[in-house]
Amino acid sequence: MLRVNTSRVEETQALAAGLARLAQAGDMIVLCGDLGAGKTAFTQGFGRAMGVTQPITSPTFTLANQYAGDLIINHLDVYRLAHIDEVRDLALPEIVDDQSVTLIEWGDAIAGALPGGYLEVHLSLGQDLDDRQVSFRLVGNDWQDRAEALANLCAGEDT
Amino acid sequence: MGDLILGIETSCDETAAAVVERASTVRSSVVNSQVDLHARFGGVVPEVASRAHVELMVPVVAEALLAAGLEGPEVDAVAATTGPGLVGSLLVGVTAAKSLALVWDVPFVSVNHLEAHLYAAFLEEPDLELPLVVLLVSGGHTMLVLMEGHGKYRLLGSTLDDAAGEAFDKVARYLGLDYPGGPAIDALAMEGDASAFKYPRALVQENPATLPDDRRFAFSFSGLKTAVVNHVRNEPDVAAADVAASFQEAVVDALVTKARWAVEATGAKGLCLGGGVAANSRLRERFLDVCMETGVRAFLPSRAMCTDNAAMVAAAGWWRLQSDGPSPLDTGANPNWALPLLP
Repeated sequence: MLRVNTSRVEETQALAAGLARLAQAGDMIVLCGDLGAGKTAFTQGFGRAMGVTQPITSPTFTLANQYAGDLIINHLDVYRLAHIDEVRDLALPEIVDDQSVTLIEWGDAIAGALPGGYLEVHLSLGQDLDDRQVSFRLVGNDWQDRAEALANLCAGEDT
Repeated sequence: MGDLILGIETSCDETAAAVVERASTVRSSVVNSQVDLHARFGGVVPEVASRAHVELMVPVVAEALLAAGLEGPEVDAVAATTGPGLVGSLLVGVTAAKSLALVWDVPFVSVNHLEAHLYAAFLEEPDLELPLVVLLVSGGHTMLVLMEGHGKYRLLGSTLDDAAGEAFDKVARYLGLDYPGGPAIDALAMEGDASAFKYPRALVQENPATLPDDRRFAFSFSGLKTAVVNHVRNEPDVAAADVAASFQEAVVDALVTKARWAVEATGAKGLCLGGGVAANSRLRERFLDVCMETGVRAFLPSRAMCTDNAAMVAAAGWWRLQSDGPSPLDTGANPNWALPLLP
């Protein structure tokens, strides 16, 4: 497990931007952590690094938002889904294609229903209001080829 | 062009149908809410939502026609919300509307859900003067729109992260309150002290000119949500009523401050409130204060017209029919459809 501590939202978003530079079409990123941990803020940093200029807002009510950047960004949120079989209404296999990268907030709750491997990004609140611990976990093989680059990113080295 | 419009709305929780004449006279408005169903799940559940829409669609339309004293083919057009919203839910209303339009041989009109909310005001006050600033606040949206004319909108600002209604819902859930969270916070806040805690008001300053142009009318509720969560986490025995009241005050402060700035900056003749959060009693109270102080006409639709309904869809549909004519029958659901804005 790779871990980074940040103390400002800009730092967390810079980390997300670094991750965006490693992302490839077809990738899936699962964002987890408590209410207010910064899942949407992380996605904002990720999206901006991919050239998205419009505001990236919380998908909690809309469930699925889409943005055009260097890649299409699918921004999903399963906070309001109660049952695993409801996930099929998000039409994940249709959304996740070779033109887009998909970020799913609260996605750990539906891990069993996710097609293929993914990168899990866990955000946890720290002592001070803006302190966060960000950890990365590779699930399946999809991100294995970038494990070293991720380790460099966490160590604060440019990739 | 016909004047009796059947409107259909299925973009989120409600299955609704209504008959409206000339965008101003509501002949009938039927709303079948799934809130009870969703309360069990703590939010909108799309699978439950779309299945319930399917079951309710026909009876709701039949009731709307009956209440309006009409046989189906007497309506002059059928309007439906085609976006934004949940795709599975939208498709139920869109398909029903197109089928009815085809069978009755009348025009089909595609309506933007956000534009429909702007027209809710005209249903109760058809002579509303333009330009008008509309503060639209719901679970999925928080925006300030300048309505210069029919179909002519400028987006002054919107939320940069969470919608106000979403913040209400999430804080309510964190405090262990019932769904929907908005009314639960509203009720609990009445017993609390709104000045007990000073939670952050993002992007609100003494002088609006000190904010950059693209932030002046923008909102941000994510930091507020996190501040409340942190507070309750660190102080679990805090009085929930005080938290609810202080949180609500922070949301309402940001909303009414920006609404006031928008009126002052645009010289609008009126200020209108819309969306589900417009049912919040503290927001309604402070909204009226702003209108009084700035001397603009206040338009506060009834709670039934603020929340999702089909009468507003029929009203927006009538105006769209006048300006753009019928929509093609191959129009589909468009879950990401933004409010159509002036260039």
